[in-house]
Amino acid sequence: MLALAGAWELYRWIWTTTGWGWPFTVDNTSMPHLWTIFKAFGQPTQVNQPTLISILFHKSLFTGKEALVGFAVGAVVGFTIGVVLAHSRLLQRGFLPYIVASQTIPILAIAPMVVVWVNPKLPTGLQGWGAVAVIASYLTFFPVAINTLRGMRSADPRALELMRTYAASPWTVLWKLRVPSSLPYVFAALKLAATASVVGAIIGELPSGLQDGLGGAIINFNQYYSFEPQELWATNVVAAALGIVFFLAVVVAEKLVVRGAPENVA
Amino acid sequence: MNVVEIKGVTKTFAQGNVTALENIDLELQPGEFVSLIGPSGCGKSTLLRIIGDLTPPTSGTVTVNGKPAKQARTDGDYGIVFQDSVLFDWRTVAKNIGLPLEMLGWDREKRRTRVEQMLDLVELRGFADHHPWQLSGGMQQRVSIARALSFEPALLLMDEPFGALDEMTRERLNLELLSIWQQLGSTVVFVTHSISEAVFLSTRVVVMSPRPGRIAGFVDIDLPFPRTVETREDPHFFELVTLVRELLRRRGEHLLPEEAELL
Repeated sequence: MLALAGAWELYRWIWTTTGWGWPFTVDNTSMPHLWTIFKAFGQPTQVNQPTLISILFHKSLFTGKEALVGFAVGAVVGFTIGVVLAHSRLLQRGFLPYIVASQTIPILAIAPMVVVWVNPKLPTGLQGWGAVAVIASYLTFFPVAINTLRGMRSADPRALELMRTYAASPWTVLWKLRVPSSLPYVFAALKLAATASVVGAIIGELPSGLQDGLGGAIINFNQYYSFEPQELWATNVVAAALGIVFFLAVVVAEKLVVRGAPENVA
Repeated sequence: MNVVEIKGVTKTFAQGNVTALENIDLELQPGEFVSLIGPSGCGKSTLLRIIGDLTPPTSGTVTVNGKPAKQARTDGDYGIVFQDSVLFDWRTVAKNIGLPLEMLGWDREKRRTRVEQMLDLVELRGFADHHPWQLSGGMQQRVSIARALSFEPALLLMDEPFGALDEMTRERLNLELLSIWQQLGSTVVFVTHSISEAVFLSTRVVVMSPRPGRIAGFVDIDLPFPRTVETREDPHFFELVTLVRELLRRRGEHLLPEEAELL
């Protein structure tokens, strides 16, 4: 962390003193001082307004809520898709290409459509942010589905044979063998999904015109970037922190769930 | 009634057109400890898997406890131990042993009592809450045996269960297995490629020969029980080992040179 901060300031210092223009000119607009960015947290954005950090904190709670719901929905949907596809080669052949294709479409192109489709269907309490959560889930389901599918197949063939000697039903084999064997794969995917859900929520806010979250703040501070770059930088720091919080939450959950597994499995 | 009845079992593998087993007839009486021995490729493991309904025979019939093999499998009539312990890493030792009991729908209290008995039986008291990877190979295989016996199956199928262990661990587990078998009185089918192991453990040794897999002969092992460390030094033990070796050798013309050297 300190090394990174040092590198930032050192880079700044070298480029400003030498006046190098490559790859880009370094000045207070392109790379504000770190202390300028952190000082901005404590100052109000406008007269008689709360401090920037307090605004960003509330906005990140809002975005966090969207991301959390999107993450949960995406994880459940992705896991279910993975389990279903693992049990049918036919379904896998039929659907996997479309699932892959779904991720090649830029999320920015889909987000406005989702907002238009989903919002009218939602109860008033969910309107606005509910559609954003759906957009976030669109990004999260994919890695979970792919890794669950892979994880389901990672069960030891001899263990499957052992289950056969117990005349275990496919349902029992799923819960007692396939799901536990797939957990390392599923958690690897959930870590990807955790950060993707935050990105998805922020991007989803853009076409929704929502001002309550970090996406709204980014649009807003973008317009003032040439005057007050530190506010956009500060927002980025908060967005990154939110992503890290999500990631760490998954790491903790993994520690709790696969406590029993040895290091090389976890 | 015979525990296992095998009539005219033949197994050919379509891939490579290999005849793994040809016209096998075998009957196992209750309480017998029968070893299947032979060089690799004689189909001894395949025969065990056919008894357990893990591989279907190409022709012939297998009856276990008077039922077709498939019915016996779904009724939980046998427990199986593989060469690897095949324990579930995410379960503790106790929960691994209790796995088949969960399948059978035993309640928690009943499971706990039985698992404790099994831990006593395989001498792993105090390891109930350990995880498999914390145990040595020999201990893991004991857990695997406890799991196979937990629901008191009439038949125990063992596919080279000690093959991956060192000689000393193997001999100790041989003694333990015999004592467990004598306590429970179950019927055991034991696949091995160690002659001395087969003679030491069994009441009867089935000698098999390869290409195609056939039964080359039977050797009744009339060594008295309980068998101990001294049994391995008994002259009669050596006579029986020689007898089995001769039977294997007589079929030597079917063996590849490197297999014949091992005898």
